[in-house]
Amino acid sequence: MTQHAITVLGHDRPGIIAQATAVLADLGLNIEDTSMTLLRGHFAMTLICAGGATEGRISDALAPLAEDGSLTVTVREVSGEHAAGAGGAPHVLTVHGGDRPGIVSGVVAVVAGVGGNVTDLTTRLSGDLYVLLAEVDLPAGVDVEALRTALTEEAARLGVGVTLRAAEADEL
Amino acid sequence: MSQTPEGAAHQVDARVAGWSETELGVEGRVLDVVRAPAAVLSTDGERVDPTAPETVQLAADLVATMRVSPGCVGLAAPQVGVGVKVFCVDVSEHPKTRDHHGTFVLCNAEVVTSSRNEKAREGCMSVPDLTGDVKRPSRIVVRGQLPGTGEEVEVTANAFEARALQHEIDHCDGFLFLDKVAGAHAIYQRKTYL
Repeated sequence: MTQHAITVLGHDRPGIIAQATAVLADLGLNIEDTSMTLLRGHFAMTLICAGGATEGRISDALAPLAEDGSLTVTVREVSGEHAAGAGGAPHVLTVHGGDRPGIVSGVVAVVAGVGGNVTDLTTRLSGDLYVLLAEVDLPAGVDVEALRTALTEEAARLGVGVTLRAAEADEL
Repeated sequence: MSQTPEGAAHQVDARVAGWSETELGVEGRVLDVVRAPAAVLSTDGERVDPTAPETVQLAADLVATMRVSPGCVGLAAPQVGVGVKVFCVDVSEHPKTRDHHGTFVLCNAEVVTSSRNEKAREGCMSVPDLTGDVKRPSRIVVRGQLPGTGEEVEVTANAFEARALQHEIDHCDGFLFLDKVAGAHAIYQRKTYL
């Protein structure tokens, strides 16, 4: 049993997911994790599937999807090992402000500087308003207040606002 | 038993707040908690006779199982593999709790009225590896029956107790929080456990 990472990117139209996943099902592949969204009208899908088919066979089977040139499909075998969960404390990072280059890199550099791991990140541009939302795992022992101060300083440099809060789930 | 801020005294039902599992007169047993995708968790539970001995025993078992489970503020019968409408809650120790009714068990409960939606991230013992953002009313009135006597009671709940009651009633109706998450990107892999 091997795992493959597959990406499908390009011009959106109805039926892309249906077509791609039908191919994978026909190959007996099990879709484990999927993320799909539209970015400014462009289709973007990433998935991890597991099964017995080889990279070449998957690529060949998906080739018709890319035939008209509107989509790019990549297939790559990946290690089956899960990235270590590390037991970090989940936090939600929010940034919003006037659009300019360098907001994402500036803010996530501060997070990376303390060993924080971004596990999910979305940005949206709406007019001049730029919004970044990220799920961040902070390693045990991080001084969250100091990180918040560093983020606030970086945000001030970028001319945006930032918040960092714990994403604690209520147990029910 | 109940902490009631001034001005909200009418919100706590004295009968429910005064209830405790000792009324049941039977010893609760600690049961195993069932995990998704067990079919019982996705099946609408049967209504019960709250005075039947098996309901009384189940009520005691649910409370006993909740008590030994760290951080557990509620447990529904389907979570111990029994597809019926019985659950217990006790949110008295939770920081988000405002008014509360201590420990109680309800049979055949349903939400009568609700208002004020709020979104919060929920975790569930039956779905241990995922959490999800769920929008739920934060003020509700729940009607149900007490096990043993079968008395019908109405519980007016707010804040975290309201959320817990809805989560448990959903279990009794065959729904998990996964059925109610706020959107396609509203479930998360859990990284920390209690």
